[in-house]
Amino acid sequence: MNMTTYTKPNTAGYYGKFGGKFIPELLMPALIELEKAYDEAMKDPGFINELNYYLHHYIGRKTPLFRAKNLSKQLGGPNIYLKREDLNHTGAHKINNTIGQALLTRRMGKQKVVAETGAGQHGVATATVCALLGLECIIFIGEEDIRRQKLNVFRMELLGAKVKSVSQGSGTLKDAVNEALRYWVSHVEDTHYIIGSVVGPHPFPKIVRDFQTIIGKETKEQILTQTNQLPNAIVACVGGGSNAMGMFYPFLNDQQVKLYGVEAGGSGIHTKKHAATLTDGRVGILHGTMTNLLQDENGQIQEASSISAGLDYPGVGPEHSYLRDISRVSYTSITDKEALDAFQYLSKVEGIIPALESAHAVAFAMKLAKKMDSHSSLVICLSGRGDKDVEQVKTALEERNQ
Amino acid sequence: MSKQQLEDALKRQLCANRKIFVPYIMAGDGGLECLAERIHFLKECGATAIELGIPFSDPVADGPTIQAAGKRALNNGTTLNKVLTTLQNMKESRAIPIILMTYLNPIYAYGIDKFAEDCNDAGVAGVIIPDLPLEEENLVLNHLQNYGIAFIRLAALTSSKKRLKEIAQRTEGFLYAVSVTGTTGSRSTHQNNVKDYLNQLKKMTDVPVLAGFGVSNPQQAQELGSACDGVIVGSKIVDLFHQGKTTEIKSLLQESINTAVF
Repeated sequence: MNMTTYTKPNTAGYYGKFGGKFIPELLMPALIELEKAYDEAMKDPGFINELNYYLHHYIGRKTPLFRAKNLSKQLGGPNIYLKREDLNHTGAHKINNTIGQALLTRRMGKQKVVAETGAGQHGVATATVCALLGLECIIFIGEEDIRRQKLNVFRMELLGAKVKSVSQGSGTLKDAVNEALRYWVSHVEDTHYIIGSVVGPHPFPKIVRDFQTIIGKETKEQILTQTNQLPNAIVACVGGGSNAMGMFYPFLNDQQVKLYGVEAGGSGIHTKKHAATLTDGRVGILHGTMTNLLQDENGQIQEASSISAGLDYPGVGPEHSYLRDISRVSYTSITDKEALDAFQYLSKVEGIIPALESAHAVAFAMKLAKKMDSHSSLVICLSGRGDKDVEQVKTALEERNQ
Repeated sequence: MSKQQLEDALKRQLCANRKIFVPYIMAGDGGLECLAERIHFLKECGATAIELGIPFSDPVADGPTIQAAGKRALNNGTTLNKVLTTLQNMKESRAIPIILMTYLNPIYAYGIDKFAEDCNDAGVAGVIIPDLPLEEENLVLNHLQNYGIAFIRLAALTSSKKRLKEIAQRTEGFLYAVSVTGTTGSRSTHQNNVKDYLNQLKKMTDVPVLAGFGVSNPQQAQELGSACDGVIVGSKIVDLFHQGKTTEIKSLLQESINTAVF
């Protein structure tokens, strides 16, 4: 990357050739309104103060940057630090975005929120902030995911959200996004769509990134305080890619910091049962944005597959496509099996049960650490906690041992 | 060339003091082998042009009926390539303009210039792309213009007056006035302001204005048609074909066209 200051997206919402707003005309006025409301809010100290108030007193920020001494010692390489997004209220980074967008919803004078969810984490984080701010909330979730995430469905209902089952398509995250978009098309006048990742039409990828950037900003400040220098490498998992974008963004201009995005390799890239969009996808247009997609030769979107429902998406944020093209971030993948191993390993070594999504980042960091020396440092974005996954992991391990 | 064919057909209908009726069918629903027959049948029923849907895995602008039709079409192996080949093979025997309705990704994967070229070879008159708003249309515009294919724009009830003007001025062939705030599919009623919206659009452009989305019976066709130049009927036609009720399709078209006189 030969630029000194990173200034993406441009005013049309493009990251290089990726991004844009490929959405029906019906929604264009809402996107224009959202962009305007967002720009004004970001210049309004009242909005920023309120956002910061909730980030601190409600979500519990700032989250620690924990020096994982046991892990570092066992792997024998760099000093490893865990950015503890798992300690946020509701157990993942998702709420950094939903609180921001819920405040924006209120600012735009809208009373209703629609959202999609796959693993249920974004749905829970959305239902939570809607309860807090007194907004009506409708969550679309694929019927296959309802089966996999029964408890999160109950959690959303406890929080007052209406949960709608999506049977169209394959009944997973991509179909939930389709239904949320269709619902938004029909209710756009009084409803805001809180999209859960750095995907969708502009300005969503930018807004979600910006609200998640607090992860990277805190990390930078904390690592400088603790070690007096920037880390040598940072690792984060990538489904749509919001925790990774939030972590990477404040480091993009620091060329000496190596950035790694870890996608879900599922049963292995060669099996086609995976969600490694940047490894095995092609450029196309889905859910309003131009980015890399898992698709067949006729442009039909394919199903993603991963043990981690949160990474199970056939697209990826357009900014990640760009950062790969300019070689600022290296993207790689971790299989279900490797993620399961890392899930158990971190639990035993540090007493921290990571989300299966985050376990992908841990698994890659363990490989990377072997190639780094003991004077270097490595940050892992621990995007969420694994309580939601223990039942699924138990089943997977039992199957493996049979 | 092909754009001209569409403009002429619309003009002929209006000059004869009749309203325009454009039925929508999903290519490959029921098998591509019945496509030529369905097109011919709709022409005989009095259709002015035919909107032919290309199936896509993630059709966000469509309601349940067209989603299901698209899924059936994909399940029996329908691809854009096969649709264009089918159209090309029946080009000579087909005396009605064909407008393709496709989401952007299938044509992006096909190659936009190759798509425009093959549309021209297959005698396609126009293209509608529901997920391509004004801001992004440069991606396809030159390619379609090079081959004389009409790029038909969609207006929405939510659009500002400024946007409506721009859409109305840019559109080619006709203006597709989306007449519900929602996805495709039958509705029992339309919003009160729809007629004002159609009247407003009529004043903004010289090309015909057609109302679409949520039109499923002759009464609605007459009601909306009275404020513009005609209607596009999708889900209802798709549903009737799927159920094999071709007689009802015939009466739907004929009653809509006959009742919707000036």
